[in-house]
Amino acid sequence: MTLNWKIGGLALGLVFFLAVLLVKPIGVSTQFVILDGIVAQAVNPELVSQTDEGWTSTNAYLAKSKGKYAKSVANPMNYSFIFVGAMMLGAFLSALLRGGVGRAERTVPELWRANFGDGAGKRYAAAFAGGFVVLYGARLAGGCTSGHMMSGIMQTALSGYIFALGAFAAAIPVAIMMYRKEA
Amino acid sequence: MSHILLAVIIGAGFGAVLDRIGATNPNVIGRMLSLTNLGLMKTILLAIGVGSVLMFGGQMLGLVDVGHMSVKAAYVGVFLGGLLLGTGWAVAGYCPGTGVAAAATGRKDAWFFIAGGLLGAAAYMVSYPVWKASGLLDDLAGGKVTLGTVPGSKFDGIFAVQGDILGIVLGLAFVVIAFVLPDCVVCQRKDTPRVTPAE
Repeated sequence: MTLNWKIGGLALGLVFFLAVLLVKPIGVSTQFVILDGIVAQAVNPELVSQTDEGWTSTNAYLAKSKGKYAKSVANPMNYSFIFVGAMMLGAFLSALLRGGVGRAERTVPELWRANFGDGAGKRYAAAFAGGFVVLYGARLAGGCTSGHMMSGIMQTALSGYIFALGAFAAAIPVAIMMYRKEA
Repeated sequence: MSHILLAVIIGAGFGAVLDRIGATNPNVIGRMLSLTNLGLMKTILLAIGVGSVLMFGGQMLGLVDVGHMSVKAAYVGVFLGGLLLGTGWAVAGYCPGTGVAAAATGRKDAWFFIAGGLLGAAAYMVSYPVWKASGLLDDLAGGKVTLGTVPGSKFDGIFAVQGDILGIVLGLAFVVIAFVLPDCVVCQRKDTPRVTPAE
């Protein structure tokens, strides 16, 4: 089911290369902010506005870097936002072609089940909390596993190395403590 | 318009590959991070190496536009954010990209990850001025810098080395590391055959 690492690594490397050849390096986590902005803009139309120089926002984060996030919120049909939608389409088709994810596995992954039981509520709560911390951290860092670790290190960016150091320094001990029982 | 088409093609390709290498599977992530199965780590290291060699090689041959590079700033918050992301990555088994891809493969827990992520991103949007004022977002070592100086790029290099050559050397180093990295570091669990004790 899972590709051999040599073939998989080659395929993943080619995707990252094609992205930088044709458009720009891959990144994902910013789009969580853009989707938040789109929702917030629907509730409060004053959030994002156009100025003589471009776009700005009443939210300091959306307004930073000359309003580049504000601009994306106002124009959701932009490259990076569509990219994430397309990722979902690609992953959906790939999963469909390999026969999908098993019913029990869809709710509680087996490694989690082996260590914490098959309660769905507990797993959903952990996934939700994990998501909160991951995206808060990604925005603080200015990127995630895709943008910093993969695209960044590939470009020899200092920030990519700093990010990877922090991410693994936390992830490895936490995972070793959590997943003592193998599925 | 052509950019939108490229977003669909490259995005779909990325999502499909993430699924096929096991990155959308939290079991695979958990085993990688607890060092019991490093297959995905080898995949990632090889991908970084391949991407790097092709990009910098292409630049040297004039086939890849150096202007397409996009280097993020280095600051203390990058490390702190990395620690937070790493913690949540281990707990949930998802990072932002693999989380959305996993949700699309039918994993219900990944939708909860996305919901938590949207709330976490919103929390950062609100708390951003505090971080900004703290100075932890101030540039470190020049901010948007690469290790070497890449000819024709707008980013400065830290070391007085030609950046594209260094990029190829490091890319090849990542390929070598991918090959020499063992399949597991903590191997006494499932991957090694259990020795039956002699009676």
